[in-house]
Amino acid sequence: MNVKKEFPLLKSKVVYLDSAATAQKPKVVIDSVKSFYETSNANVHRGMYDLGEKATDLYESSRTNVANFIGAGTTEIVFVKNATEAINLVANSWGFVNVKKGDKILLTELEHHSNIVPWQLLAKCVGAKLLYVPITKDGELDKKEFSKLIKQKPKLFAVTHVSNVLGTINPVKKFIAEAHKNKVLVLVDASQSVPRTKIDVKNINCDFLVFTGHKAFGPMGVGVLYAKKDLLENMPPFLGGGSMIKQVHLQESTFADVPARFEAGTPNVAGAVGLAKAIDWLQEKGMGNIQQHEKELTKYARKKLKEEKAIKLYGSENNAGVISFNLGDMHAHDVAAVLNEENICVRAGHHCAMPLMNKLGVPATVRVSFGPYNSKDDVDKLMSAIQRAKKVFRL
Amino acid sequence: MMEQLYQEVILDYYRNPRNKGHLDNPQIKACDVNDSCGDEITIEATEKNGKMSEIKFSGQGCAISQSAASMLTEYVQGKSVENIAKLNKEEVLKLLNIPVSGMRLKCALLGFKVLKLGIIEYLGGKNGSSS
Ligand SMILES: Cc1ncc(COP(=O)(O)O)c(C=O)c1O
Repeated sequence: MNVKKEFPLLKSKVVYLDSAATAQKPKVVIDSVKSFYETSNANVHRGMYDLGEKATDLYESSRTNVANFIGAGTTEIVFVKNATEAINLVANSWGFVNVKKGDKILLTELEHHSNIVPWQLLAKCVGAKLLYVPITKDGELDKKEFSKLIKQKPKLFAVTHVSNVLGTINPVKKFIAEAHKNKVLVLVDASQSVPRTKIDVKNINCDFLVFTGHKAFGPMGVGVLYAKKDLLENMPPFLGGGSMIKQVHLQESTFADVPARFEAGTPNVAGAVGLAKAIDWLQEKGMGNIQQHEKELTKYARKKLKEEKAIKLYGSENNAGVISFNLGDMHAHDVAAVLNEENICVRAGHHCAMPLMNKLGVPATVRVSFGPYNSKDDVDKLMSAIQRAKKVFRL
Repeated sequence: MMEQLYQEVILDYYRNPRNKGHLDNPQIKACDVNDSCGDEITIEATEKNGKMSEIKFSGQGCAISQSAASMLTEYVQGKSVENIAKLNKEEVLKLLNIPVSGMRLKCALLGFKVLKLGIIEYLGGKNGSSS
């Protein structure tokens, strides 16, 4: 792929290897946000004037764009601020109605804190219990254990599509079919997969799917919740306020139809517009091409890293553009500090996945993650910076 | 720059930490986590005749936080607890003698923060019970 030049920030000398934390933005996305404020800024669903209508049209067409992108219906898409908010919405709205004392919620050891903590809060409140699908030593979810656990009939199985630490690609379609056989609903955290793979919610048949815009080349502050229409229509509001009501009386209110019921207050319209533009950009480049590109890079990087004796690699070859490793006996922060001196941006730490770190038996890892703008040259720069780190650490 | 930060002595204290471990009955005990990076330090110590008699640290984190904590325990052992309570950041940084700045300052000073916390609590408790 030859798209790096479309990313203004990457004109500097940084080697950006942290797309799993947030992706860089192509110029067209940045321009779309700027253009919204310069030519279309007005509050949505309110103004009785042309400009207000223009803003509303842009916001709603962004929703349609997102819906088409993942194969959903337009009214099944709720704009939120990020994946975290989307999961909290489901936990608080659907969760409080459907999860009762003694019920179970099934999670996995691969989850990001955002797909753990909201469920802990809910479970604590209603007296439910959390179960976890363990991982094998390759960092794959243990399918046998999953089959056993799903038979305990949890109310929900919440699983990440792609691990933000190990890059593991989970076979969500198979999991969902098996869960449904046991009458268990499934929430897919697609934060790491939406930027890397083509997703069709009807094909995988998930009940809920969440992702965050900023990892998919969109602006920060916009995210998406997809929920099947009949589920969404039966869920009570999460946040209350303007835009989400039909009528407000002194003691009670009636609520708007979905998805507006879940979008209290002034939404991030520029964010939605930017995300829609990012989706256009992704489609223009081709999800298949992006996936192929990242797959090749990952393979190349894993091979190079494996050749280095001092490196311990985590995860497996079933990997979507995210690699975790440690160097000798050094802490990941020390390694990242040396890489930073060479202008290489990697993430070091627990990656908001402390339970997974415990399982791996390390406090932290160095994480490298790719975007379509990365090249083998970036991997080579990483490898020579690692040589330098080895020298600094006398390894 | 990196060579100065990760000089031999820092790596040595990281790889062969002095005073790492636990005490059976510590009078002074405190721990803290640096929430921006997750580094942890626990310090346990005992006092005898106003002096810090035994001291151990434990925890996990980067080479800077761990080696700095280790060096600090060596430095304060045998010194008067009252005087240790008066130690300031500058003195500790001088002791470490490495060029730390910005985010890494928190790493370098985590052990010191924990030690101070433990001593203040201990001295506060002692004063409280004697009055
Ligand atoms: C797998 C996964 N889920 C959820 C999130 C949370 O995203 P956000 O912080 O944008 O809500 C992240 C990002 O760190 C992630 O990697």
